[in-house]
Amino acid sequence: MFTFQEILETIKMVQEENLDIRTITMGISLRDCADPNPAKARQKIYDKITRLAGNLVRTGENIEREYGLPIVNKRISVTPIALVAESSSLDHYVDFARTLDDAAAAVGVNFIGGFSTLVHKGFTKADKNLINSIPEALSCTGRVCSSVNVATTRAGINMDAVYLMGQVIKKTAEKTAEKDGIGCAKLVVFANVPGDNPFMAGAFHGIGEPECVINVGVSGPGVVKNAVDTVKDEDFGTLAETVKKTAFKITRMGELVGRTAARMLDVPFGIVDISLAPTPAIGDSVADILESMGLERCGTHGTTAALALLNDAVKKGGAMASSYVGGLSGAFIPVSEDAGMIRAAEAGALTLDKLEAMTCVCSVGLDMIAVPGDTTAETIAAIIADEAAIGMINKKTTAVRLIPAVGKKVGDYVEFGGLLGRAPVIPVKPYSSSDFVRRGGRIPAPIQSLTN
Amino acid sequence: MLSQIDPKEPRGSRIIVTVIGPDRVGIIAGVAQVLASNKINILDISQTILQEFLVMIMVADMSGSTVDLLTLKDSLDKKGLDLGVRIEALHEDAFNFMHRI
Repeated sequence: MFTFQEILETIKMVQEENLDIRTITMGISLRDCADPNPAKARQKIYDKITRLAGNLVRTGENIEREYGLPIVNKRISVTPIALVAESSSLDHYVDFARTLDDAAAAVGVNFIGGFSTLVHKGFTKADKNLINSIPEALSCTGRVCSSVNVATTRAGINMDAVYLMGQVIKKTAEKTAEKDGIGCAKLVVFANVPGDNPFMAGAFHGIGEPECVINVGVSGPGVVKNAVDTVKDEDFGTLAETVKKTAFKITRMGELVGRTAARMLDVPFGIVDISLAPTPAIGDSVADILESMGLERCGTHGTTAALALLNDAVKKGGAMASSYVGGLSGAFIPVSEDAGMIRAAEAGALTLDKLEAMTCVCSVGLDMIAVPGDTTAETIAAIIADEAAIGMINKKTTAVRLIPAVGKKVGDYVEFGGLLGRAPVIPVKPYSSSDFVRRGGRIPAPIQSLTN
Repeated sequence: MLSQIDPKEPRGSRIIVTVIGPDRVGIIAGVAQVLASNKINILDISQTILQEFLVMIMVADMSGSTVDLLTLKDSLDKKGLDLGVRIEALHEDAFNFMHRI
């Protein structure tokens, strides 16, 4: 039997605190679509995606109908395309991106992730082909998302890939300059990338995943913020406990939706990714949670500690609530997608340096940050190298999603609208890292003992 | 109160409808009429007044319903506007999963 209080708590989360299921993402293996004839391969890809995901959107809507819970996005992740396109005779994979875009449009999903490759130890020919195709692929498609893994704790950092990605990000921004560089919002450079992440733009269907799988991403920064507000003057133990309990409740909703979707679509249920993913909507902000903990502005001293507590408590609550937790699970800190982060960046409280420190304890990395248009490829590569080093040494996922704002300088804005939001251009260091990133080769994998 | 919901029961077709807003004549009648016109059976009603607000919770069975939950929510939203209250409807599993292990 439920008490009045329990019922009202759930209702309040949905009605006022933006509790939603952020995404149901269907992972699809495309490994069996490889073909020496690229036209045949693309046909197989299109057919397989539309066959398996044909009912995805309708099923998502049916679950909304049945349970009354909002499900914001239905998406698809696929095998990294470099693996599928490798056996084809092409040296340019833009047509594969077009096929993914067409298939996504045909089944009605807003994003499809997997124009991706993993190059943490080196490149194959296909890896290079794919990376070189990224700028055009992201400018001529609307739904395709791309990611490249350049480092792991076990392999070290592929600095050739890091430098190449610095150049690719610049080119992508230039190719989509008339839309404020939106191509870069769909491109993530990873270290230690997970293969079961349902959140875009970094989602792809990893090696070791089944033929087809349903992964669910839940969110709810607003719910956590209101819970934190209720323990305003309490100590940290109480604060952590409150976040944990709230994360538990949010994750249970993801578990319910994930299991139901998997059953309805007759595919295995993969994982629930319990991530606090902000949106530009008021009250849906991770920065607001940190400020509710007692910080005047997100980015001030204490922010890293507050984020560490938040991220860990979310993981603990989430791990208890779902039989399979995976993906990125934690707190996201994308600047342009979070009204509180934007406010803090405008005020100068939140800088690139502080964001970098925060990525040591959050679930991902430097996310949706606009930098001046004249930032060089070498500087971007150096920022990626810093992030990859943090991920490699700390055995965690890190990522970089930077937007060089072509023709803009510090204080200007990039505007994407919708879930991607808007971001103030923030400064990077004026000093060059060029000689460093141009060295080439790999940074060796770190020692796993003698830790201090 | 609301004892008819047993979280151990297999998932059924029951929903929980909540109404929150300033008290006035005709709220229960209005909500009940929307449910009845869609052939939804009310199993239990419980209400209280918090300060000056009416908080009403209904448990209802949708097994004979002529509409799905999303359509019902639309009709309840419209009714809520007429009555000056907020009406929400969620499947019982949402509560089961959140509050019971």
